[in-house]
Amino acid sequence: MKFLVCVSKTPETTAKIAFSGDGSQFETSGVNYIMNPYDEWYALVRALELKELHGGSVTIINVGPASNDAVIRKGLAIGADNALRVNAEPNSSLYIAKQIAEHAKTENYDVIFCGKESIDYNGSEVGAMVAELLDLPFISFANHLDLEGNLATVSRDIEGGIEVAEVETPIVVSAAKGMAEQRIPNMRGIMMAKRKPLSVVEPFDFADLSVPVHFQLPPEKGGCVYVDGENMDELVRLLHQEAKVI
Amino acid sequence: MHNQNNGTITKSAKTDRFQHHDYYGVDELLTEEHLLAREAVREWVKQEVSPIIEEYADKSKCPTHLFKGLAEIGAFGPSLPVEYGGGGMDEIAYGIIMQELERGDSGIRSMASVQGSLVMYPIYRFGSEEQKRKYLPKLGSGEFIGCFGLTEPDHGSNPSGMITNIKDDGDAYILNGAKMWITNSPLADIAVVWAKDEEGAIRGMIVEKDWKGFSAPEIHGKWSLRASITGELVFEDVRVPKENVFPDVRGLKGPLSCLSKARYGIAWGAIGAALDCYDSALRYSQEREQFGKPIGQFQLTQKKLAEMITEITKAQLLAWRLGSLANVGKATPAQISMAKRNNVHMALQIAREARQIHGGMGITNEYPCMRHMMNLETVLTYEGTHDIHLLITGMDVTGLNAFK
Repeated sequence: MKFLVCVSKTPETTAKIAFSGDGSQFETSGVNYIMNPYDEWYALVRALELKELHGGSVTIINVGPASNDAVIRKGLAIGADNALRVNAEPNSSLYIAKQIAEHAKTENYDVIFCGKESIDYNGSEVGAMVAELLDLPFISFANHLDLEGNLATVSRDIEGGIEVAEVETPIVVSAAKGMAEQRIPNMRGIMMAKRKPLSVVEPFDFADLSVPVHFQLPPEKGGCVYVDGENMDELVRLLHQEAKVI
Repeated sequence: MHNQNNGTITKSAKTDRFQHHDYYGVDELLTEEHLLAREAVREWVKQEVSPIIEEYADKSKCPTHLFKGLAEIGAFGPSLPVEYGGGGMDEIAYGIIMQELERGDSGIRSMASVQGSLVMYPIYRFGSEEQKRKYLPKLGSGEFIGCFGLTEPDHGSNPSGMITNIKDDGDAYILNGAKMWITNSPLADIAVVWAKDEEGAIRGMIVEKDWKGFSAPEIHGKWSLRASITGELVFEDVRVPKENVFPDVRGLKGPLSCLSKARYGIAWGAIGAALDCYDSALRYSQEREQFGKPIGQFQLTQKKLAEMITEITKAQLLAWRLGSLANVGKATPAQISMAKRNNVHMALQIAREARQIHGGMGITNEYPCMRHMMNLETVLTYEGTHDIHLLITGMDVTGLNAFK
């Protein structure tokens, strides 16, 4: 079976987020990058587990500049067989999805995985867009996926319960917590990753439909105001005049 | 959850908030593999070592379940060839792995140093093809634990005075004597032992734990490396088959070449302990307030922190250069001595200063500094003492031998 795992590079979770003075750009200096954890821990590892069960191959795809190679190489060290990087500086989910779909449409992947969201933009868009562009079924936020022949059984958390879906491959799945457990690459995997193919292709020509114009930080959280339980008048006054919620 | 050896010790919920410190951009001198190896081992340490180490150290217990994890991550003999159970990496990668393990605890790094540099390395370097095939894959996979016997109760800095000896007895040698301060020995399946033959030449051999007359009692009461198990090796008429003796190596150069390898790893490892102390002290100085401001705003705290990062940066550059020399086989034993001595002393000083910045909290196991400080007292002494390494440098630059 052929598996494709879409991975993105994100700032690590403890990175201090700042923007340039005019708000047009994210300040990258001093920021360490990682593979988006949903892509790495859940999507990639489940793809590897399914390959170990059913045979086949796992390919990683990333849309980004050469500085993303380190993150891709980590995916190869964890166990992916090969990788493809579309050499571009994407500005939107649609741009990324178009590039992935352009590659995948001729490759006959059985399952295309992505993480449920990236931890920087939290868009949860690319998987759905890829599915739409390829006219494939899409299951989002999946925390379990089994394959039996071309039948996939996928479960996902819904409000108050679990939804189980059966769907015929090929499919696109976005992976949430529970799908698999993080694998730390070992030293042998790291050395083998050097020899695995990482091919770079130029992007297919597509005029982006949107461009980010401005970034800004959320307002700083204010302090808590404690109101004496007996003092209802003051509470009402604050809710009415300060918070303006009543 | 851990195996039965661990009693009731479970993982602490406290998060290891360590972040790397690279003041001079030394990372730019490293390769993609080096950085990946560092990230992987750091992640492993954060998940497997940090949540349990304080309690194991407190109870003076060895987290034996970590041997398997160390093997899986590839921490045993990473620079040995893959076909002999190693990782096929370069010497800088090996150093980085030791740094990250020691960032967790010097005792955990010691477990890996001994297995890789003092057991697998001599078997790889001096062993017969049969010895290599028999032992190395099992050592690399963690199925076997090994230890290294050179130091004796009365011969520490002067190993050439050893009295452990072998006598020819047909198809075997009869081994008698005792070794002291042997990391991993009570747990070990095999010991690489150095003993004098009847001509007075030092020979190396592989001794298996079940052989009659061989015992490895544990040494208790250590205030240092408490999460690492240490013992003796006692040999009473142990029959060592001749096929278990290293065929070609004679003299001290055998064990000393292993020690060079391990000392090289310590030169890197000590940086890990120093980084952990510095990282904790820097964070504490920003969070702890006295007199209405963070203590990091006081000049005397800044002096400590500034000196710490200066010394760490120097040590990082020293280790990187030594690693570059080692990669092309040009690191001399005297150069390794200089780096081991400098970096371990640096780390010990930083642990003490970091402990001071933490104030009273610094003496508790809420913070790692006191544990590192106590560990580093051992690291200062083992694998060649602080003083002996100074005399090695002295001999190297003057050409005059202070040992005789």
